[in-house]
Amino acid sequence: MSDAVNSAAAAAGGGANPIDPANPLYRSRRRLNFILLAVSALALAFGLFWLVWILGVLLYEGGTALARASLYYQMTPPPGGDGGLANAIAGSFVMVSMGTLIGTPVGILAGTYLAEFGRNGWLAGATRFLNDVLLSAPSIVMGLFVYSVYVAQVGHFSAWAGSISLGLLVIPVVVRTTDDMLKLVPNTLREAAVALGCPAWKMVTGVTYRAARTGILTGILLAVARISGETAPLLFTALNNQFWTTDLNAPMSNLPVVIFQFAMSPYEDWHRLAWGGAALITIAVLLLNILARALFRKSD
Amino acid sequence: MSAMESPAARAATRPTIHTATRAASGEPAVASADLRAKLQIKGLNFYYGGFQAIKNVTMDIPERRVTAFIGPSGCGKSTLLRTFNRMYSLYPDQRAEGEILMDGENLVTTKQDVSLIRAKIGMVFQKPTPFPMSIYDNIAFGVRLFEGLSKREMDERVEWALGRAAIWNEVKDKLSQSGQSLSGGQQQRLCIARCIAIKPEVLLLDEPCSALDPISTAKVEELIHELKTDYTVVIVTHNMQQAARVSDFTAYMYLGELIEYDITDTIFIKPRKAATEDYITGRFG
Repeated sequence: MSDAVNSAAAAAGGGANPIDPANPLYRSRRRLNFILLAVSALALAFGLFWLVWILGVLLYEGGTALARASLYYQMTPPPGGDGGLANAIAGSFVMVSMGTLIGTPVGILAGTYLAEFGRNGWLAGATRFLNDVLLSAPSIVMGLFVYSVYVAQVGHFSAWAGSISLGLLVIPVVVRTTDDMLKLVPNTLREAAVALGCPAWKMVTGVTYRAARTGILTGILLAVARISGETAPLLFTALNNQFWTTDLNAPMSNLPVVIFQFAMSPYEDWHRLAWGGAALITIAVLLLNILARALFRKSD
Repeated sequence: MSAMESPAARAATRPTIHTATRAASGEPAVASADLRAKLQIKGLNFYYGGFQAIKNVTMDIPERRVTAFIGPSGCGKSTLLRTFNRMYSLYPDQRAEGEILMDGENLVTTKQDVSLIRAKIGMVFQKPTPFPMSIYDNIAFGVRLFEGLSKREMDERVEWALGRAAIWNEVKDKLSQSGQSLSGGQQQRLCIARCIAIKPEVLLLDEPCSALDPISTAKVEELIHELKTDYTVVIVTHNMQQAARVSDFTAYMYLGELIEYDITDTIFIKPRKAATEDYITGRFG
């Protein structure tokens, strides 16, 4: 009967009824829809497969090391010795914190200039472009830069140099996110503050920062997550230290370089510790990302 | 209150004013001895880049009265309002030429700090914009810019401002809650309170009720009627009935020009120009 309807409609000159299930055009559309959905689901599965495998291997291999409490309070051992990663954890913590402290104010102030004052001027445009270049620059370049400018001049590796190179990596990330988040604040809010007789700097610090604070904080957390795992810059600036040290002018132990050193060695117990360190960094970055997302979602 | 008063009753309480509209031949608007002009605008031109949005406007805004700007979209009424508190200074490609005299000072060319002008001429926007802080801090923010008050004095000022804006009873128990947690009508009254707290002389209201429901609108209109005893109020509205309810003087603008400016009753009952009558009766716009 539908054929009769279709042929009658075709005879009427308007073509077949598009929503009739028997319509071949409709059927091929449905087929194509199904095929493409299946292909994208397969692609998703493919991507997820690798991610899940990586995380699984990390947690499997590093799990035994992470579960041992001595990981957290014993120093890195000589090969064959019993030990942990305490000095590496502490060193990473110190250098990541200092790098964040160095890079964040610079990043926020530069981002504020770009969003509030420079807007579309030539300086702002050039800055944004340079910032994007630095954002994607390989971190080993930063490490070599700090090496040639600072480490080679003073003649020794140090935690200061490590912090500076991490700080240089923080700056472009924070500049970018601050600029983007401040641009999201509606102009009506700025006008409302200015209409009260508010000078520009006070409008920015009192109103615009407050409106964008969650986004800026998220940007800082993401920058911290990025520098937590950077190895190349630390390889040329802070190097490594087998012992516990609080001297910032001396080489300081840190997780990424320890992993690098231990993983390339032939010793089994060192391998175990390297896996533990890698799992530790991964979990820390995962938690930071979750925190950043939770914070950002709460603000909506 | 004011929404219910008949036009006749309102006219009886108002002093008569002799005004002449700025015709093409050019006669300035003149105020009688009863009313002082708070803002005197003379030959104002305004440009967005190369586009002229306001063409040679001359008018007087009388003190302690409500003046309404009406006209179809794009006629320049919001633009005109925003020249009064130099809001256009924020944007580099917007400029004004002419005179806006307040207390003898030309606001367009003054060398004075613009922030001080804006402290004397407050503005409430179409979309309520509470700051992302507590209700108390919203009011205190503006006050702290200019005055160093003790905690007790600040509490009193906040209470006074919120009371004057007819919102004190609704928020007095939740002053520490975020300003953005209020309803739309409450937020707009909060913005008005924030404006009043710094004790300006002029209040500019840019379509303050267009984002509000009718009940909140009625409350805000009532508020405007009370405020005019102390402040000069200029209100832009696309709602003609609101202009008729709320204002003492009305200016009709079209395509950047001031077509007619007179007592509200005259504009709405017996306008002088055919263009005004066409707009009022809804023949266009």
